[in-house]
Amino acid sequence: MSATSWGWLVLAFPLAGTLINGFGFKRLRGNTAGWIGTAAIGLAFVAAIGTLIALQGHDPQHRQLVSSLYNYASTVGIDAKMSILVDPLSVWMILIVTGISTLIHLYSISYMEEDRGFNRYFAYLNFFVFAMLLLVLAANFLLLIAGWAFVTAASYLLISYWYRRRTATSAGLKSFVINVVGDVGLVLGTYFIFKHTGTLEMLGTFSATAHGAFGAHGDGDLTAACLLLLVGAVAKSAQIPLHTWLPDAMEGPTPVSALIHAATMVTAGVYLIARMHPLFELAPAAQDAGAAIGCATLLVAATIALTQTDIKRVIAYSTMSQIGYMIMGVSVGAYAAGMFHLMTHAFFKALLFMGAGSIIGAMAGEQSLDKMGGFRKALPFTFACFIIGGLALSGIPPFSGFFSKDEILLVTGELGGWHWALYVLGYIGAFMTAIYTFRMIFRAFFGDPVAEAQELEEGHLHHAEHPTNPATGEVEDTDVGFPGPHHAIAERSLPMKVSMSLLAVGAIGAGLIQIPEVDDVITKFLEPSFAGSALYTVRTKDGLLVFGLILGTLLGLAGIAIAYRVWVSEPGTAGRVRARFGALYELFVNKWYFDELIDAAVVRPALAAGRFARDVFEPRVVDETLVGGTSGIVRASSAAVRAIQSGFVRYYAALLVLGVAAIGFYFLLQS
Amino acid sequence: MSAVVFFIGAAGAIAGAVGVVMLRNPFYSVLALVAHLVSLAVLFLLLRAEFVAAVQVVVYAGAVMVLYVFVVAYVGDQSEGIGARLRAGPTGGPSAAALRLGGAVLAGALLIELLIALLGTGLKAIGTDGAGYAPGPRTYGTPAYIGNLLLTRFLLVFEVASFLLLVAAVGGVVLARRRGGLEDDADGPAAPLNVIAPASTGTMVEGIGTRAR
Amino acid sequence: MTIAWYLAVSAIVFALGAVGVMTRRNPLVILLCLELMLNGGNLALIAFARMWGNGDGQILAVIVMTVAACEVTIGLGMIVAIYRRRLPIDVDELRELQG
Repeated sequence: MSATSWGWLVLAFPLAGTLINGFGFKRLRGNTAGWIGTAAIGLAFVAAIGTLIALQGHDPQHRQLVSSLYNYASTVGIDAKMSILVDPLSVWMILIVTGISTLIHLYSISYMEEDRGFNRYFAYLNFFVFAMLLLVLAANFLLLIAGWAFVTAASYLLISYWYRRRTATSAGLKSFVINVVGDVGLVLGTYFIFKHTGTLEMLGTFSATAHGAFGAHGDGDLTAACLLLLVGAVAKSAQIPLHTWLPDAMEGPTPVSALIHAATMVTAGVYLIARMHPLFELAPAAQDAGAAIGCATLLVAATIALTQTDIKRVIAYSTMSQIGYMIMGVSVGAYAAGMFHLMTHAFFKALLFMGAGSIIGAMAGEQSLDKMGGFRKALPFTFACFIIGGLALSGIPPFSGFFSKDEILLVTGELGGWHWALYVLGYIGAFMTAIYTFRMIFRAFFGDPVAEAQELEEGHLHHAEHPTNPATGEVEDTDVGFPGPHHAIAERSLPMKVSMSLLAVGAIGAGLIQIPEVDDVITKFLEPSFAGSALYTVRTKDGLLVFGLILGTLLGLAGIAIAYRVWVSEPGTAGRVRARFGALYELFVNKWYFDELIDAAVVRPALAAGRFARDVFEPRVVDETLVGGTSGIVRASSAAVRAIQSGFVRYYAALLVLGVAAIGFYFLLQS
Repeated sequence: MSAVVFFIGAAGAIAGAVGVVMLRNPFYSVLALVAHLVSLAVLFLLLRAEFVAAVQVVVYAGAVMVLYVFVVAYVGDQSEGIGARLRAGPTGGPSAAALRLGGAVLAGALLIELLIALLGTGLKAIGTDGAGYAPGPRTYGTPAYIGNLLLTRFLLVFEVASFLLLVAAVGGVVLARRRGGLEDDADGPAAPLNVIAPASTGTMVEGIGTRAR
Repeated sequence: MTIAWYLAVSAIVFALGAVGVMTRRNPLVILLCLELMLNGGNLALIAFARMWGNGDGQILAVIVMTVAACEVTIGLGMIVAIYRRRLPIDVDELRELQG
């Protein structure tokens, strides 16, 4: 079977899963929907492997295959086809998406057990995977935008999955609105591109650009297009300033956070920039903007993560920070490195989230680090997974994060010029990453066991008397729209254990695919997608490489050591540090006041405009003038006409005669 | 000779018309109309429309007017009082005199227009006596002639007109019938305005008799 | 007398009928004036028929008479019905069909 047929299958399986789960949601009993969903994505993964094998069967020059299924519109000027692009980059993405998704689906079967909306959950989750696959497989901007929008919708559906929670629905709305801002950027960027190249097909656009469709290097329209695409990427990947939705998105169930907000959806922005590299390489301003945004995000997010107490939010900010690395990477031209980091990050971040889900289950829904402690003995497997994930995240060899993160920073170092700033800041961020990661681990697993941990050591899983909203403390119930009564922990659930184990293996070993100086598997694999790119080079400077590797390891270990000292060996240190750097602490813990800033700059004016419309515009202009005026005119004129209908026959007769006389007069005049 | 007859007929017609419009008592108006109809029949004869003249006298003056007489007798004298002339109109609008003047003006305008239209046309034929006429049993204007036309060219018209007559007859019966026996004074809602309006007695003596009360 | 004279008479009769319709208050008399107008039309029809020399105008005049008869029937029937209801026979008083 050809590679593109496999590609269509990759899309078809999750779609089938969605439809089956969606239409059968009232009838499927027990865990069936979960197994159907998992099987659908599992089959998609198999199809993705099939695509890979089929693609590698072509020689490297011919590894960008487009296949069209349906022609939406062939009007003058627009070629809107339903076509997919199978090339190394998209195959890379679909492997990651389907692989991680299968494991997360498996995890969810156990995690979401006894939730009243189980079937709906899996329908949404499959829909999300379908949308993400559509996004990465799209061969033209039309399907890309469609996939982008579907992903936004799926994310909204899943964040506000527990829809009776006010916090969840608000978070869903927030994510939707901010992502729509990104959508606007994406569509406008597409418009600019279409205006110059005249085609919506990506490959066509790239070749047109190479042949000078945009005129001189650095043309204004091209830069505008790339900046607008960057807006889309920034919103989707939760970079500053459109990042505020991601921490709130943790209101969704933990597997959702693992899948969407760690491994797949937020990487869509990275994919976009990598895919659009021919355009970006001709617009250095946009590249610099992307690199700057990525760098800023990785630092800001790391500082915020140092202070957060909700375990999921720590991991969320960590995601934001790591995506910052990836965005920085693909913006400066380290495409292979960025994609490599995308893969390794997917493994260890999903692993961390799954572990978080397990410990939250042990805490019966409580998510605050302040209330956790000493779970080492009670949750050994979860602890092991956290350690593996944490080490990978901190960039300690031989775990996967080490290889991928350092490669990105290496490329920025090699570019020189102002990119040295990125290099330095990137390592500072790596240092902070190690600190906050192990802060989280030490606070949750070390120290004296809390009550829940002690109960668990005795073999009894803690259940709260009333389920409550972990953020606000409101009392809930376990009916549909709220989390179910079942709390899953990895130690007691086989599906969770299996998925976490597989991810742990990935987190440990995935980096070994591309060890510097030993093999270049990924770079070579992705090369056909980046043929023609001036920046896609294989590494040259050895000295910097070794220096970088050693520096990264040292910083990681130093971070772990500091975290150990502050939170384990000398417990009061955290308080003292906080007191000494009070203002800085306030800034970090309030998330650099971005929410307040957006509230003041955007939300309040919008609300004021709405109030104005409601109180002034609507009653005075619309109701009184337009509607009232129109009806008033009609009423007045009809009152005037009504006077003729007086009821007096003689007046009618007189009018008749008058009319006849008038008509006769007219005709007499005519003749 | 025909001119004299014409003037007699024309004078009668116009006098009758004036009488219909001006006479106060409706019964007198009916009689004036009968006179007008007979004069018109004379004019028809002059125009060689013998059958139509006969129909006019027999049907129109003979049957329709008799119907009118019956109804006027039944309804009685509803002639307008003297005060009506001077009182203002019902809604505070123009008084009766003003209405009459307005009506006369409008009708006068209509008359002038009609005269211009009819007489000022380019039809030269109206300056003649009409098309040629050869007397005979079936010539123009004879009953045979009319009958022939009715049953050949105007058959549909004829049938439809008869149907119309049937409908009118049925409608008239339905409109004017009594419901459930003789009416007595308690039947029907008493309109409050009836108190002011002149009471009617419904006999012919009183209908004919007096002038406005 | 030429046809024109007859047409003049018909116009005068028609106009007089119009005056009556506009001026009188008694519906019976108004109907009578309507008859006047119809007769005026009849006279014009007969005159023109004489002018052309074919019988179409005469037929039409007969039909007009038929229609007048029907209309009178209905009109008088209504007046009788109004009278029976003890409403005044006065078109100025009978004005409920108004806007």
